[in-house]
Amino acid sequence: MLAVMPASDSGPVVEFRDVSYRVSGTDVLSGFNLQIQRGETLVLLGRSGSGKTTTLKLVNRLLVPSSGEVRVKDVPTTQSDVIRLRRNIGYVIQDVGLFPHFTIERNIGLVPRIEGWRQDRIRARVTELMQLVGLAPEMGSRYPHQLSGGQKQRVGVARALAANPEILLMDEPFGALDPLTRDELQREFLSLQKRLGKTVVFVTHDLREAVRLATRIALMEAGKLVAVLSPEEFLRSNDPWASAYVRAFGDGWSPSTREA
Amino acid sequence: MHFFQFMVQNQSQVLDLTLEHLWLVGISTALAAVVGMPLGIAIARHEGFSKSVLGGANIIQTVPSLALFGFLLPVPWLGTNADRLAILALTLYALLPIIRNTYTGIRGVDPAVVEAGRGMGLTNSQLLFQVQLPLALSVILSGVRTAVVIAVGLATIAAAIGAGGLGEFIFRGLAMVDNSVILAGAIPAAILALVADFVVGWLERRLRPH
Repeated sequence: MLAVMPASDSGPVVEFRDVSYRVSGTDVLSGFNLQIQRGETLVLLGRSGSGKTTTLKLVNRLLVPSSGEVRVKDVPTTQSDVIRLRRNIGYVIQDVGLFPHFTIERNIGLVPRIEGWRQDRIRARVTELMQLVGLAPEMGSRYPHQLSGGQKQRVGVARALAANPEILLMDEPFGALDPLTRDELQREFLSLQKRLGKTVVFVTHDLREAVRLATRIALMEAGKLVAVLSPEEFLRSNDPWASAYVRAFGDGWSPSTREA
Repeated sequence: MHFFQFMVQNQSQVLDLTLEHLWLVGISTALAAVVGMPLGIAIARHEGFSKSVLGGANIIQTVPSLALFGFLLPVPWLGTNADRLAILALTLYALLPIIRNTYTGIRGVDPAVVEAGRGMGLTNSQLLFQVQLPLALSVILSGVRTAVVIAVGLATIAAAIGAGGLGEFIFRGLAMVDNSVILAGAIPAAILALVADFVVGWLERRLRPH
């Protein structure tokens, strides 16, 4: 079974053109070129400080490139209406960032609400999304502090999907979860992705997660893109960084670790 | 029990002065909130100004109250009306806790929540009114509470420039060397401070986010 990848409209959904990002004279990202295709899950893999999160934030213009340009659906982010841009891109972060003073329903329905959807349409969408991410309906009236870490991140994903964005940015969404919950959410992510076919940019430092979820893995090191490989290629790669990564995660696994 | 006698004999005046006191405190705290909260919000957004604004409010706070009343006395429009003058001085004193708590309250909102909100495409004002202010509200109110309690105490000094309030009894008692008259001003003022503290504290707890 393959993810839904419509052949039409074949241009990249997100494109980095010679992007660099500097903070007080230091290159956080430099000479970055990458095209992300419709419906794929592109995993940005790399160690802490390699520039993964920076790369992600350049897509929804939480950051602006120092030079070069990031194009979303062929429009440079700096030339698009930033609010519109962000509302069309789902954003999920490790710390989830649910609004603690809103119920779960209200958290999920926030973007539709500020987009001016009708009440009943919002309610229907929230119900649909809660089912989609595996949250019991009675969770809707609870507050974030009453939920477990795994449940919170399910809400985070539901909230990001609320206005049906084409692109989903996920910054180590499962990084703070225990191994069992992480495994469960990864599995559900795969089945969700099979159904929804979003264009996903996913940040992680966990090779297993990358191999399991990715259509392609973009390996980063010190603000540079080292290689872009499919998971199978990655595991067999002779690239020194890639093989160092594979070694660091130990033996005993092969491309068959990958599902789907 | 000279004190109680005095209170009973002068009950209508005690009531009048208490109301006057409340009025001075209420108006000045409200003014301070109207000025202080936007200032606190502004410096939370533009970090660069925070030092100078908070520093300025801090300096006002260190001016002895009697001296501040004295300084303001020769100012043309102000000096002619004791109420105006007292309200201005009390407002200035109430500013610091309100500005500071608004600033810390907004800054104290979980950065992940703010980042998620921004990433979802909330505009600055949506972020402010739907996320930051509601989450900072109990901290802001605790600033208001401090401001009210300070103002209740300071307003007693307003009587020195003829603005009335419970300070009248205190100054009269001091002049007469009569403790029960002093207490007739001091005790209602203390009760006022406690009640105000309790009421705003209750509000603060009610509005605390989950």
